[in-house]
Amino acid sequence: MTGPAATAPILDIRDVLMRFGGVTALQEIDYAVPGGVIQAIIGPNGAGKTTLFNCISGRTAPTSGTISFEGLEIQGLAPHRIAELGISRTFQHVALFKRMSVLENVMLGRHPRTRCGFLAAGFRVGGMRAEERRIREKALDYLDFVGLAETAGRESGTLPVGKQKILEIARALATEPRLLLLDEPAGGLNMRETEELGELVQEIRKLGITVMLVEHDMNLIMDISDRILVLHYGKVLASGTPAEIKENSAVIEAYLGMDDGERPAAQKPGPGY
Amino acid sequence: MGRKNWLILLGAAIFIAAFPWLVAQFKAISHYVDVMVFAGIFSLVCLGLSLLMGYAGQISLAQAAFFGIGAYASGILTTKFGFNSLVAMAAGMTISGAIAWLVGVPSLRLKGHYLAMATMGFGVIVNIVLAEEVNWTGGPSGMADIPPFRIGTFTIDGEIAWYYAVWAVVFCALIFCFHILHSRVGRALRAIHEEERAAESMGVPTARYKVRIFVLSAVFAALAGSLYAHYVACVNPSSFNLMWSIRFMLMVMVGGMHSLWGAIVGTVLMTFVGNEWLQVFAELEILVYGAILLIVALFLPGGIVSLVPGRIFRRKAPEATLAEGAGS
Ligand SMILES: Nc1ncnc2c1ncn2[C@@H]1O[C@H](COP(=O)(O)OP(=O)(O)OP(=O)(O)O)[C@@H](O)[C@H]1O
Ligand SMILES: [Mg+2]
Repeated sequence: MTGPAATAPILDIRDVLMRFGGVTALQEIDYAVPGGVIQAIIGPNGAGKTTLFNCISGRTAPTSGTISFEGLEIQGLAPHRIAELGISRTFQHVALFKRMSVLENVMLGRHPRTRCGFLAAGFRVGGMRAEERRIREKALDYLDFVGLAETAGRESGTLPVGKQKILEIARALATEPRLLLLDEPAGGLNMRETEELGELVQEIRKLGITVMLVEHDMNLIMDISDRILVLHYGKVLASGTPAEIKENSAVIEAYLGMDDGERPAAQKPGPGY
Repeated sequence: MGRKNWLILLGAAIFIAAFPWLVAQFKAISHYVDVMVFAGIFSLVCLGLSLLMGYAGQISLAQAAFFGIGAYASGILTTKFGFNSLVAMAAGMTISGAIAWLVGVPSLRLKGHYLAMATMGFGVIVNIVLAEEVNWTGGPSGMADIPPFRIGTFTIDGEIAWYYAVWAVVFCALIFCFHILHSRVGRALRAIHEEERAAESMGVPTARYKVRIFVLSAVFAALAGSLYAHYVACVNPSSFNLMWSIRFMLMVMVGGMHSLWGAIVGTVLMTFVGNEWLQVFAELEILVYGAILLIVALFLPGGIVSLVPGRIFRRKAPEATLAEGAGS
């Protein structure tokens, strides 16, 4: 897989520092994500991958530094504002609305793109019914896109973990993001499911959506990503194309280990947070 | 709202319609119609509170104060300024909602139970104002001779008329709440309740939604207060104190705070318990309430409606969403 020609960065991370009390989770992060790529982020447990996603998606505000999305500084904005601006995400630990149906989960994803408020809902006025119908149709389209249409009516908590992970992607897509953050989407997936996930991520990229992908599965990473960013103890260790990363001596020493592309034993997905 | 809720609503409406006739057959309980008027009025307070507790996960100890604001707004505006009852009612609801917004914005921005503390303080202040502003409110002895509720030339007059008027309002409010729950807004509220951080990241402004629910609950309480003032014709501060806020909370919890039906069942039951069946305990009433609260919290966290078999009174089952089709 060859990376597309360099485009203007969709996300520009400048000198980001993130401290939790005495713990420095991220420091001196300087990195620009080009638009339209699949950008992988790898690194051992505790390297700060999820923390970086949390900073981008507004879950936490970085201690210092700036994050610009399409030229607009977004660090410290509330998560719902960032979702409205066009960044969506999934969670390392599945965070579905478990007692809502699969379809309703995706319908909720339409929230930032729809309008109906308390009064319109309560009195059923102001085009509320028509909007509700459009939300439902769109949500079904997204379920179809990820291949979960048959499960639409099921309670989402009853799906197998693999499908829950895919459902989170559908829900995130429903917000119509231009940047999608996937935090370990292959965690808990078997080999066939992981392959399908790889195809799905490439489909998403074809829609013009930039994907940032945190993963431990090196085969998947090497297969589908255009760029790789390697984090190590909260710092950027290396970045480049998959081929460059494979050759990078610092990465080989610190992370990839001896058996070429296989995941070292120490890299089991940890509890994260 | 789904077919299931319409059917329950129909059943409930038939029961409510027949109730006065039923109790008229027994002399000893014929005054139950009067008790049911109060139960209906309190149900309006509890519907709003149920949304707040069950969906925003917040406790308000000022519902009696908002109830009082509605009651005194109607009382003062109609007696001292000759306002039309409907206009006075709308004014009370607006004032109440605006105050809730002012109290809610700072306390709901913060995570945790700041709203409970803020509303407790606010409730006490309202009670002091009602007791001290003698010129406006009549002070501790309250105000009397609030005129009957009039719409145009039509006056709500007599127990039976009040009974049907109040319960018609309750059913409208109930449908309004069900409509909210089964909409984009309701999905957002349920999402906040289930997984707040995911809801935020999917674009739900969680703090703003909690504030709006709180404002809605205050508006409902003021509506109830206005009806109350016109029904009893005289009001005094003791009906709007902290004890009443706790009673409203208890009504919601006894019925089941995750179900709108629960709010109504709990309110009706607790109104009868309070007005009729517990009079013998007199001073000990507060102890009995404490005991009920403890029992519900420990053994029946889902409230009375959770005892009903199946999923009848539960939130819309997920399977129903597809079958219901668009809109509904
Ligand atoms: N909210 C928090 N409070 C305190 N410390 C935190 C918080 N979030 C993350 N950390 C710390 O920051 C560091 C980076 O954690 P992070 O979850 O970002 O790692 P990760 O690269 O995602 O790891 P994993 O592969 O296990 O998911 C860890 O030391 C973690 O304990
Ligand atoms: Mg992580």
